Amino acid sequence: MSGIDDIILRHSHATRDSLIPILQEIQDEIGYLSEESIVAVGKLLNLPTSKIYGLATFYNQFWFQPKGKYHIQICQGTTCHMEGAFSLIDFFEKKFNLKVGQTTRNGEYSLEIVPCLGACSKSPVISINGILYGSITAENLEEILEEAART
Amino acid sequence: MEKIHGSDQILLHHVLSKTSDEQKHITEEKISMLRRQTVSKPIIYIGSTTSSHVAGSKKTLKAVEEYRQEMNVDLEIIEVGSIGLCSLEPIMDVQLPGRCRVSFQKVTGDVVATILDGVLNNFLPSEFALAQYRNPLHQPWFNVPFFDDLPFFKHQHRLLLENCGLINPESIEDYIAWGGYKAFANVISNYTHEEVCDAIDKSGLRGRGGGGFPTGKKWKETLSIAANQKYFICNADESDPGAFMERVLMESDPHLIIEGIAISSYAVGANKAIIYTRNRYALTVIRLEKAIQQAYDLGLLGFNIFDSGFNLDISIRKGPGAYVCGEETALIKSIEGKRGMPNYKPPFPSTKGLHGKPTVVNNVETIANVPHIINNGFEWFNTIGTKQSKGTKLFSVSGKVNRVCLLEVPFGTPLSKLVELAGGVPEGQKLKAVQIGGPSGECIIPEDLQTPIDFESFKNKGLAMGAGGVIVYDDTVCIIDMVKYFMNFIKHESCGKCIPCREGSQRMLDILTAISSRPANSDGHGSLERFKGVILLESMAEVMRDTSLCGLGQTASNPLISALKHFKNEFEEHIFERKCVAGVCRNLRIYYIDVEKCTGCAACAKRCPTNAIIGTPRSPYFVVEEKCIGCGICEEVCKFSSVFFK
Repeated sequence: MSGIDDIILRHSHATRDSLIPILQEIQDEIGYLSEESIVAVGKLLNLPTSKIYGLATFYNQFWFQPKGKYHIQICQGTTCHMEGAFSLIDFFEKKFNLKVGQTTRNGEYSLEIVPCLGACSKSPVISINGILYGSITAENLEEILEEAART
Repeated sequence: MEKIHGSDQILLHHVLSKTSDEQKHITEEKISMLRRQTVSKPIIYIGSTTSSHVAGSKKTLKAVEEYRQEMNVDLEIIEVGSIGLCSLEPIMDVQLPGRCRVSFQKVTGDVVATILDGVLNNFLPSEFALAQYRNPLHQPWFNVPFFDDLPFFKHQHRLLLENCGLINPESIEDYIAWGGYKAFANVISNYTHEEVCDAIDKSGLRGRGGGGFPTGKKWKETLSIAANQKYFICNADESDPGAFMERVLMESDPHLIIEGIAISSYAVGANKAIIYTRNRYALTVIRLEKAIQQAYDLGLLGFNIFDSGFNLDISIRKGPGAYVCGEETALIKSIEGKRGMPNYKPPFPSTKGLHGKPTVVNNVETIANVPHIINNGFEWFNTIGTKQSKGTKLFSVSGKVNRVCLLEVPFGTPLSKLVELAGGVPEGQKLKAVQIGGPSGECIIPEDLQTPIDFESFKNKGLAMGAGGVIVYDDTVCIIDMVKYFMNFIKHESCGKCIPCREGSQRMLDILTAISSRPANSDGHGSLERFKGVILLESMAEVMRDTSLCGLGQTASNPLISALKHFKNEFEEHIFERKCVAGVCRNLRIYYIDVEKCTGCAACAKRCPTNAIIGTPRSPYFVVEEKCIGCGICEEVCKFSSVFFK
């Protein structure tokens, strides 16, 4: 909680304008928006928790459960879709036995579909913990997962 | 301003055109050094943007650093932006003293040593060479084309992209050396607010976000309203899937955007400006933040800029990801810390926007034009483009093309040129259609590609320009699959305010899914029902277009309607013959077993969920077509790749 407290303290004079930046900072800090953090932000800005939750669920960026150790984002841009991003989704769902938007039970992997990452020349693109990997094929996928595990 | 000393002072004087006679020599020398006209040691430039990072430019950079250390050579390494040739990345340039700066393509980490070994010893590894920059002061390399001779660059009109890939985006000095911030200094010391608005109005600059609204008019409206606070918002929320023009522009030349914002804010009398960009564009945010900080440090932003009495603060907002926030009223709501749902217009944001104050929302590309117009005059800008659409337009071309790239062409260029410059479709394939404007644009068939790019001619043809994302389809693309993809996107991104958009997109997706999947029973009635669905699609699209509040809902059915118009037979094939010629719709596939390759291991027969595969072990198996549901498990388990689909 200390990280969240710091963020709240830093924004002690914030208005509603800063709601989204505060939530983003919290997500950067702990990886997701926990129940306590939403309540704390509500207290800070004098807003009902339901409103904040409503806002956070509206946007794609926010997560409400802890992310895995390896957070995998699959680009669903147009070019990536044409180059077969859907089979990547299938692959990951089968491999880790989870659905999009979930985290595996052991907390190792989580899967997210994101709109275009803007790297269309190397589609299909995935991002593991923020590092982008391009030109994914069935052959080099395992290699990339290993590489991600090393870094 | 008192705090600024030394070389910064020289640059500032240069910006303000106040260079004294004794300073002139030093200034010229500094500018020439920053422009790298004369270099004392070899310089390595490495293209560094999000897409080149994916291609491996970070490894290239590391390899160059290692090379420098290992060989103990004196090299300067500079990270630059992208020249627009995304498919050829990572791109590395080398400039030797006295020689032309030469570019190498596809320089992955492992070939760095080979290239540098060659170039540093005056031998050019021609297999990697791309082109060289023309410079009369430098000796050119033999047998390497110049950039302006390459067809890709020859047919472009690079105005906004002029500096992209050439200068260091993280250095304000580079930008100033190439003429940056001169327009802003000129405006702030010699122009009134009205004069700037007038200049932009006369230039005929129109909004590049898709609407094509005259920018000057918008500004004048805001300027004419008395208010104690006005805002300027730069819309950099590029969430159109397949579009990356703005990202490349912001990553390669962030100071151009900052300068554009500064001039625009001055023009409308706003002293608070906000850049609303995407949270996912991490590098973009970093570079913009750096650029803003540098501008503050040099006194180009902040309080009482150049003693003119004009204050300006620029801040960055990271959009948390919602396509609808590209719409100006939704964007403003998002900045206010609310759900990004569009509002009814009027009142337009130019009269009542952020916190109820007059607010101008402009697209990044529009803003990037402003410094150029001020520098060169509106008469000059009027000479580029067509009668009603002036200037140039950025396009990102991706999809089934040989060269995924970023292009800048003047208005009036035919659409076919874009495909041509992108290297056409892969060999052996045929161009099927071009989708312009992403999920809210139409697909255009090859016969219509002669249409000039221009707001008016697009309007006459019933097309939408969109932001500039161009997706090329070839024969391997199923049009129904793409329409379904876009509809799924709209369904996901619809804010939910208007029922026609929220529910309509869901129902349309349902109908499209029904078309592209195998029916439970194969009687004719089912086909008829699905056909009825397609007819319903058309009327539903009309309702959505007429009754939705914002552009997202109004244009959501564009891809569908245009596809229905041009590719009716493909829809019919899906409905009646249950066949997807391109083989993309997985549920419509029927699998077959190659008799030659099958060894009769029975692996597929064991796994088939509908027992559609029959045969005897150790002799080729056979798929019963009627029973096959196209799940593809047999293809997955076959070790001899004998399973294929039609």
